[in-house]
Amino acid sequence: MSTNRRDFLKVAGCSLLGAGALAPVAPRIAAASGGHGETAKREGKRWALIVDTKKCLEKGGCQACADACHKVHNVPHIPDAKREIKWLWKEPYKHAFPTQVHAFTEDGLKDKPVLVLCNHCENPPCVKVCPTKATFKRDDGVITMDMHRCIGCRYCMAACPYGSRSFNWKDPKPLVAQKDPTFPTRTKGVVEKCNFCAERLAQGRAPACVEASQNTGCNALMFGDLNDASSGLAQTLKGRHNIRRKPFLGTEPHVFYLI
Amino acid sequence: MFEHAFKGSLRYWALIFLFGGLFGVGFLTFLYQYMNGLQVTGMSRDVSWGLYIGQLTFFVGVAASAVMVVLPYYLHNFKAFGRMTVLGEFVAIPAVLMCMLFVLVDLGQPARMMNLFLHPTPNSMLFWDTVALFGYLGLNILITWFVFGAERKGVPAPRWIKFFIILSVPWAFSIHTVTAFLYAGLGARPFWMTAVLAPRFLASAFAAGPSLLILLALIVRKFTTFDPGKEAIQQLGRIATYAMAANIFLVGMELFTALYSGIPEHLHHFEYLYVGLGEADTLVPWMWTSAILGVAAMVMLFVPSIRRNETYLAWAAAMIFISLWIDKGLGMVVAGYVPSPLGAVTEYWPTLPEWMIVFGIWALGLLLITVFYKIVISVREQAEQA
Amino acid sequence: MYDSGKVVTGIIVFVGVVTFPLWYSFAAGDPSRRPELQKPQGQCVESTDYMRAFHMDLLNQWRDDAVREGKRVYASPDGRKHWISLSYDGQVHNNAVASKSCMDCHSSKEKFCDECHDYVGVTPYCWDCHIEPKGDR
Repeated sequence: MSTNRRDFLKVAGCSLLGAGALAPVAPRIAAASGGHGETAKREGKRWALIVDTKKCLEKGGCQACADACHKVHNVPHIPDAKREIKWLWKEPYKHAFPTQVHAFTEDGLKDKPVLVLCNHCENPPCVKVCPTKATFKRDDGVITMDMHRCIGCRYCMAACPYGSRSFNWKDPKPLVAQKDPTFPTRTKGVVEKCNFCAERLAQGRAPACVEASQNTGCNALMFGDLNDASSGLAQTLKGRHNIRRKPFLGTEPHVFYLI
Repeated sequence: MFEHAFKGSLRYWALIFLFGGLFGVGFLTFLYQYMNGLQVTGMSRDVSWGLYIGQLTFFVGVAASAVMVVLPYYLHNFKAFGRMTVLGEFVAIPAVLMCMLFVLVDLGQPARMMNLFLHPTPNSMLFWDTVALFGYLGLNILITWFVFGAERKGVPAPRWIKFFIILSVPWAFSIHTVTAFLYAGLGARPFWMTAVLAPRFLASAFAAGPSLLILLALIVRKFTTFDPGKEAIQQLGRIATYAMAANIFLVGMELFTALYSGIPEHLHHFEYLYVGLGEADTLVPWMWTSAILGVAAMVMLFVPSIRRNETYLAWAAAMIFISLWIDKGLGMVVAGYVPSPLGAVTEYWPTLPEWMIVFGIWALGLLLITVFYKIVISVREQAEQA
Repeated sequence: MYDSGKVVTGIIVFVGVVTFPLWYSFAAGDPSRRPELQKPQGQCVESTDYMRAFHMDLLNQWRDDAVREGKRVYASPDGRKHWISLSYDGQVHNNAVASKSCMDCHSSKEKFCDECHDYVGVTPYCWDCHIEPKGDR
């Protein structure tokens, strides 16, 4: 192949420019692919929650955390199970962990009430399907809803493998008996779910459910920064057997359960 | 051209007022739903999509099936479809409009629908569905405007329109594939998460659409001077036969995978549809009706002497349409939600307001088909007289 | 003019229908009444003129900042910091970093927000969700 000096310099110049542009991007691309089965480590906070089901059951029949959550977020109480709105509630173990029960599961485990809520997944299917980015993932891992943007298509509800989301089939405002003025209600036609108390996190406070579990003394809920290896949360996960819901789906939930 | 829509026989105006009236009732019911919220429907926290989205799924297929008359005529010079393509395209346009309306009435906040365009989200299949549907509507309006407009003036259509006609073929495939993608990528819903969903959708679309066209062609031939031609109708019958066979085969594949593997997560949804789960068996009679109608129709169509008889062909076409409407317009969507991801079995049945709104949208589609066909027939009559 | 009776009648009806908003509000309302805004104590986030022209844009910006960016503190041009919120709790937030938000001072929707909104005939949907201050604190 023969070329002249001019063409050679043109090609060399362009190649240098191209390599220079790619250089900062290349390590990011490599990092994004991550390890197989491992959550990529990132800088900054990554909020997570631990539910200690043993401690939760000790109080038996208590609803303090769910009540606190629903109270500070003006969640209406709707008795009709078809239309109810719930951010945090108890499900029998067999429903929360359907792959973990079988015909010979030990006594008491199948129907043991377990707290369930939005898992604030690392790979949230709800965020993937939302056509308007009304539900989106923040940098600190909280899966938030923008109630102003939601068009109420309910695609996120179809996509959530955990049944964490509720829709406002009617106007909820009149159904909230005691309105907490520090937080809005919702309007009809939008989807809602646990928001990891983002408004309280912004003020440096713990989520309402965690605070309630501390006030009742059960201490069944622990909240913290997963990216901070010295946090109580990270230490607990390192030391104790913990599971999360439907791990085979690759959603990487950030609500962990100590059974 | 449009003046033909305002001049017609008593029968024509009776249809216009009937469909218009039904649409009016549907519209008022929609206002009632808009004021009160979606609580007026039968949907619930567990079954959050129902009849509206089912109708979207079904009619997207009908809209896509216009390609089944366009493809043979424009790509393969199948002359027998010469008088059928226009009928097909004028079904596609109302069908796409109906799809968009079905989405609109399903939204919790329909006034915010512009957010779909203001905040494009390429990772969401619903965004791409919106793009595909609007594009398909635009394509079909463009094509019919220039092709039919040219025909009316007695001149050949502009050459560049051929590009758009050919484009409309893969676009038709894609509107239904992207609708299947809405469902087929959700790990949360094992009933929907099957690779065979998009092929199934396409097969059932290419059976239901031509079936509808057969019925419309026969009606048009009976009540007007326009005759699409016996061979064209027969060819539609052959297309519907093969498509229905493909569809039933694919359903069989799904049943085999679920039944032979016996995996409960997959099996439960089929159980719900065909035998019920405990007391929850609302859809069982419907699904069996759909199955029997579908298989019977296919058997009828396989016998050439039955297929050649236009009365039996009409019956078979109606049976296919109804069978697939039940399967796609109702069963498929609901069964994805029963049982729920938490194992709950919550049944769904549309309420009266839901039916009224759905009938209203159907009526609008039928109204548009009536008006379009009237224009086409009047223009053809005028051309033939001249 | 052919059919002059029908045409003139049609024109009169048309003009009547099209100008309906004008003559109806004169007949039914009190056109001489101007909005009277309850003026709270203290200094607002921005100047009155700015707010009069741009409060909706500011709120839209705040909405996206607070909900989508997690940015909860707004710096006025004069350097004061405010907590971004359409709720109220009278608190000073975030360790005295930011002072009160709108609703902490404009404590009655009826005597403030509604005055202008009713006058110009708009119904912003903020209060479908946000809890309106009733001025009873």
